[in-house]
Amino acid sequence: MSDHELIWRIAGGSGDGIDSTSQNFAKALMRSGLDVFTHRHYPSRIRGGHTYVEIRAAGHEVQSRGDGYNCLLALGDSFARNPQEDAYYGNEEIKPLSENLDELHEGGIIVYDSGLISEEDVAELNLEERAEENDWHVFAIDLRSMAKEHGREVMRNTAGVGVTAALLEMDLEHIENLMEDAMPEKILEPNLTILHEAYDMVTEEYEFEHDLRIPEGSHDEEQALLSGSNAIAYGSIDAGCRFIAGYPMTPWTDVFTIMSQNLPDMGGISEQVEDEIAAAALAVGASHAGVKAMSGSSGGGFALMSEPLGLAEMTETPVVLLESMRAGPSTGMPTKPEQGDLEFTLYTSQGDSARVVFAPGNIEEAYEQTRLAFHIAYEYQIPTIIIYDQKLSGENTNVPVSLLDREPAPTLGSVVTEAELEDMPHDPTGKFHRFQHDVDNNVSPRSLPGQKGGRYLATGNEHTPSGHISEDADNRVAQMERRVQKLEDIRRELDEEHESNQTYVGDETADFGIITWGSSQGAVFEAVERLNDDGHAVKAISVSDMMPFPEKEVTEFIESVDQAMVVEMNATAQFRGLIQKELGRYGDKLTSLLKYNGNPFEPAEIVEGYELNSNGSDADPSAQVRIEPAAGD
Amino acid sequence: MSAFNAIGEEREIDRNEFTPGIEPQATWCPGCGDFGVLKALKQALPEVGLTPEEVLTVTGIGCSGKLNSYLDTYGFHTIHGRSLPVARAAKLANDGLEVIAAGGDGDGYGIGGNHFMHTARENHDMTYIVFNNEVFGLTKGQTSPTSPKGHKSKTTPHGNAKSPIRPLSLALTSGATYIARTAAVNPNQAKEIIKEAIEHDGFAHIDFLTQCPTWNKDARQYVPYVDVQESDDYDFDITDRQEAQEMMFETETQLYEGTVLTGRYFVDERPSYQEQKKDLGEMPREPLAERYFDDDAEWERSYDLLERHK
Repeated sequence: MSDHELIWRIAGGSGDGIDSTSQNFAKALMRSGLDVFTHRHYPSRIRGGHTYVEIRAAGHEVQSRGDGYNCLLALGDSFARNPQEDAYYGNEEIKPLSENLDELHEGGIIVYDSGLISEEDVAELNLEERAEENDWHVFAIDLRSMAKEHGREVMRNTAGVGVTAALLEMDLEHIENLMEDAMPEKILEPNLTILHEAYDMVTEEYEFEHDLRIPEGSHDEEQALLSGSNAIAYGSIDAGCRFIAGYPMTPWTDVFTIMSQNLPDMGGISEQVEDEIAAAALAVGASHAGVKAMSGSSGGGFALMSEPLGLAEMTETPVVLLESMRAGPSTGMPTKPEQGDLEFTLYTSQGDSARVVFAPGNIEEAYEQTRLAFHIAYEYQIPTIIIYDQKLSGENTNVPVSLLDREPAPTLGSVVTEAELEDMPHDPTGKFHRFQHDVDNNVSPRSLPGQKGGRYLATGNEHTPSGHISEDADNRVAQMERRVQKLEDIRRELDEEHESNQTYVGDETADFGIITWGSSQGAVFEAVERLNDDGHAVKAISVSDMMPFPEKEVTEFIESVDQAMVVEMNATAQFRGLIQKELGRYGDKLTSLLKYNGNPFEPAEIVEGYELNSNGSDADPSAQVRIEPAAGD
Repeated sequence: MSAFNAIGEEREIDRNEFTPGIEPQATWCPGCGDFGVLKALKQALPEVGLTPEEVLTVTGIGCSGKLNSYLDTYGFHTIHGRSLPVARAAKLANDGLEVIAAGGDGDGYGIGGNHFMHTARENHDMTYIVFNNEVFGLTKGQTSPTSPKGHKSKTTPHGNAKSPIRPLSLALTSGATYIARTAAVNPNQAKEIIKEAIEHDGFAHIDFLTQCPTWNKDARQYVPYVDVQESDDYDFDITDRQEAQEMMFETETQLYEGTVLTGRYFVDERPSYQEQKKDLGEMPREPLAERYFDDDAEWERSYDLLERHK
């Protein structure tokens, strides 16, 4: 980590335009040559409630949120409820300021809208005193009046951006260009006026005593700012997926929306349906009839998909499903990330599971593994699930545009043509043997309804080669083994024909290893980098293949260290449990660092977890995380 | 050139083509009304010019779910209550297919009731046959959504306190555009109604009375039946929603009072979901499934969407 980075937090109420403002600001930073990474914190509430977006920007690669931040734009909450004594929510109006102080770095900048946040409320915070202690530079500016004077009150976030840019001595060029791209004429003019007004006012009227300035950087190649949801949707489009069915649920809705906005213009179909049982059943029906199809949901909605998921396994219908996790159980915390649905996703639905599950750890992996998911699903006729979470779904980072400059892959995989059907096995009366016992890779090629010579019965019951319902023991064993053994063939293909989905960092000779999965990757990798910079020897593996499990790679990693700490966002160490189940050992070697308070890991929390673990200390961590000792300890 | 040449194929069709050689005999109980549906379908399909491989029969679970084991078309025997979402997606994916969904009254009006309501509302171009035997047959005679009030079974030992569902009225309120009731004891009417339902462009719902001699009634209890179009006692306009509603209410009530009324109840020319979606630009004009076999198809790339992210 370089010392010179900007971590800017824009805080307000839901509905204050935090998201769009931060999106534009992040793009402006990216266009100026910086790497950016965003983190979104918001409540499950349509109007009001403290929300912020954090943008980390530096002249070097950033792959995680930072520890705390150094520049705050507190807009106040214009949709706050009336402060009532004893109400548990307290004074909401000031929360964008008050709730964010603990994480602000020493020497940091605070800009707040004194037009909305009252002086008395600020006085109650002891802001002056705390600012002095922490060397904070506080700018109370009436953004609201400035916005009202030249436009409308909602434009106060533009004023806030102008103030921030001035304080950071940041050129306005990129911000202006972005506003021109994004805003219709009518609101563009007043916004530009407000931007300049705010910028000039601060430049002229304030003495700068703070050190923080905009970092400098440059890119070798043009960049695009993508979220995890963008990456998954775009991976699907490039894999030739032209059918999606779904039902809205946070955070899965992001991918569903992106697909729905694009598919009709690409000759595809999007269906918003009555519930998630229907959604997954539609994807199965569409795939059965010969299109590349997907569906998905978040925990609660995914629970409804258990039935069609099992049907897809039994009928060997290819389908890609998304599980966009949020904090559970039940409705849980709808807008907060957690990695608590791993076991559920691996095993839900009756009978022995035969599915593939990938857990991408960053934007690039999200794109690549989604493409791979479609390839595996359609080649092996098996449901393939991308499991990710609210964090990866909503975080934005820049990637080189060449990442997506790729050939589309619209093949339907192991389907036959009518010509091929002529030479394939059939019953004497003409039914196609779509579920043959002995076939290459355990995959029996499928026909599609409407093809000549291909008719068969697909059924959720156990069935003979032509699909007829059968409880014959020999047939049962042959079909069951074929379906389950496909996973071994898939493992072989993943090991031999693709770059590993597992990612490694750190000192290869280290005796201490960190194991993580999914979206916790970025914070873990940054922690490992810091630890090695500070003279510790640590390495990490980020695992994406949940099923079939990358037994060889994880075994080699664990064998190469004395101790390993598994980092994940849940309370019951689900991934550690999976490792032990899959490898059948290492109970005494694996400890856990767990976080489940609704916020993703910060790198420093992992650094501390390492320190406590490697010292064998039983002291409590300072952050809201939990260390789970190795089994038997 | 199509990749699906069974679709639209013009040739002589023998009704025996629809009998699967591997399982020519159904396992339903002797006297079961389900035989009536199977027979009517085998007659109707060739008469409307359909060959086995351009038809996709999608079923749920129960005795009725076995339909496509005994009807030789492309088949998808799905899960309890879920035949409709699977069926309508197949139709969206390849609207050249003739899609027929089928299931029992528990399947369609109970566990799958939500899908029934919404598939009717959306007016998908398909046929849905509900085998209505007023009982859960395969699981041994429990009370179903269409069982009469007071029905005694092992799960309702003192009698069922619930009034039966009104399937025709439900279909009408939900938005189905062809609604009929027929009975296994009336094979000629059944065949004609199935033909009309298949040829109808929209969601066609047939409530098919299939006696269950094992748990409920035998065929005699559905006789005499009355065809409301042929009886002088009834006169209503099947294109008039209000008149249809009244006639449905009468029919549903009479069933439990011993008079079996059947026939066509409602027909509406509202455009099908597929047509509406195409008109809105939400669905391609050519079957989506064909595109995957078209070597000249141009596949859009996400790379061309990146402008908005730069």
